[in-house]
Amino acid sequence: MVAVSAKKYLAFLLLSSGLFANASAVELSGSISAEYRNFTQQALYPQQGGNSLSGAAQISLVHEWNDGDQIFAFVPFVRRDQHDDERSHADIRELTWVNVADDWELRLGIRKVFWGVTESQHLVDIINQPDLVESADGEEKLGQPMLNLALIRDWGTVDMFILPYFRERTFPGASGRLRTPLPIDATQAQYASDDKQRHIDYALRWSHYIGDLDIGLSYFNGTSRAPGFINTGTTLIPFYDQIRQWGLDLQATKESWLWKLEAIQHSGTMPVNDYKAATGGFEYSFYSLFGSSDLGLVMEYLYDDRGNSAPTPFQDDLMLGMRWAMNDEQSTEALLGVITDLDTNGHVYSLEASRRLGEDWKVNLEGRFYQPKEATDPLYIYRNDDNIQLELNYYF
Amino acid sequence: MRKWILPILLLLSFNVLAETPEEKGMAIAVKADKADTGWQDMKSEMTMILRNRQGQETSRKIRNRQLEVIGDGDKALSIFDSPNDVKGTAFLSHTHSKKADDQWLYLPALKRVKRIASNNKSGPFMGSEFAFEDITSQEVEKYTYKWLRDETFSGHETHVVERYPTYKHSGYTKQVAWVDKERLQALKIDFYDRKGKLLKTLEAQGFKQYLNKYWRPAKMEMVNHVTKKSTTLNWNNYQFKNGYSDRDFDKNTLKRSR
Repeated sequence: MVAVSAKKYLAFLLLSSGLFANASAVELSGSISAEYRNFTQQALYPQQGGNSLSGAAQISLVHEWNDGDQIFAFVPFVRRDQHDDERSHADIRELTWVNVADDWELRLGIRKVFWGVTESQHLVDIINQPDLVESADGEEKLGQPMLNLALIRDWGTVDMFILPYFRERTFPGASGRLRTPLPIDATQAQYASDDKQRHIDYALRWSHYIGDLDIGLSYFNGTSRAPGFINTGTTLIPFYDQIRQWGLDLQATKESWLWKLEAIQHSGTMPVNDYKAATGGFEYSFYSLFGSSDLGLVMEYLYDDRGNSAPTPFQDDLMLGMRWAMNDEQSTEALLGVITDLDTNGHVYSLEASRRLGEDWKVNLEGRFYQPKEATDPLYIYRNDDNIQLELNYYF
Repeated sequence: MRKWILPILLLLSFNVLAETPEEKGMAIAVKADKADTGWQDMKSEMTMILRNRQGQETSRKIRNRQLEVIGDGDKALSIFDSPNDVKGTAFLSHTHSKKADDQWLYLPALKRVKRIASNNKSGPFMGSEFAFEDITSQEVEKYTYKWLRDETFSGHETHVVERYPTYKHSGYTKQVAWVDKERLQALKIDFYDRKGKLLKTLEAQGFKQYLNKYWRPAKMEMVNHVTKKSTTLNWNNYQFKNGYSDRDFDKNTLKRSR
């Protein structure tokens, strides 16, 4: 069903954009991708699929007028996965109107927002729900309905957000990999607020830069993007608490050194949601190695004051990373990283590499390898889910 | 008063004669900078053609906006239109004549603005033969100078001036520029690497005058003598005085550049 509707969608979009293009300046772009995911180990549960093929498409329609002071954008996304019905999904990444004035901007609709500076995890970044079935690292996000007024002053930018609708987290299905031992029944999701998904969240952020320092201070009040779980014995039911989160993000750019810090103070109605956490470290770059390549070394420490009772695997961990950019015509790049749990000595390895082929194609290679040492490590459930993923993208 | 004129003229010519090659080089740079002051802001479109040793070509399209900042370095925003996988990626720089430049990169897929280190001067811009330091704002204070000689270069009377980067992390020990005497624009620049060896040659062509004052090239060609690769920049649609302000070169604007 999803695939059929996606095709119709695509045809409609291509057609309508063709019509638009004649009338005014609607810009169409997008990508189509085919992905092959190889799981290198035997699945833990019999229902789980092994290697899988999947395809995805994203289209972006943008119209600007008034010399770019008015912007309309529509960005639908769809994926079809061979095995996991939960991973086959569609989403509106953006459906937004932006009005730009001299010292303010009003942004209305479904949008995506990024806050923060660190590489290993994004603590401060809280507006959008990560699209977990799309990518386990949380870099992909579901579109969030919002009203965002930005006041732009000499002393920085103040962003005010009203978030009228909550997007529930997506989870792999029983036949998918990278899942919990008990399947998650997202249809039974429970909320701390009686308004459930209709609870109106709000957020504030001040951001500025002074010389080589970029700084952000943020506050969020509303539904927790990360759920807790109620164990019924046969399934896990997501529970979304009401939380408040203060956040600080800082980056000092000192020649080849980027010094980074993100810190949050989090509180909720559940004791487990009262905590402080931080990520901090640096990125150091060597330029023009072996001709024209760049090599970046990343080191970050990940801390959560709940210690081993934290639902996050990153409570006392060290991330070491290496970024390699060839700076060639094909933009060949690679990123290698390992996060070590300093308490249990468990490891997670990740690899990302990409290269452009010709003008419009790009090949991506991604791998994740989980080596948890103790059953108490939240990553223990992924111990047989090492995977390598090859993706071919066509951009237009 | 009239009797003073002759001694003053003598004094002036004496000063000219006494001008060292360094002073003359500096004077040419100041004059060229002054001649190119007052344009306020500018936008342009650029097609970049990368050619490898075998002559195979790939191209990129970039839109540029610039804001003149009197007393400091200019501000610039570059938006990439192709290749398609980097479409919408944007690069914002606030250059400074004395301290390090401020630079941010916008990654549209993540909606993420990243502050990036600006000391990567010698690194290639978009995989081309142009280094970051070749395409960013050229402020007088960024070099010391030495006039070598005057000569005719492809039909133009030129000053041949050596310049030495004073900023840190440059990939060059020196550059030799052929500066058109009349238009005060560099027609050719030889770049010498850190070991003092000739690395690259840039030639600019198709100069046109805008607003009856400012000369801009239609084409720039950079040849790397070591790798035998080359990059051509074709410039189109120069437009001046678009009414840009600092606001058009801030992080909020960077985030919605398409």
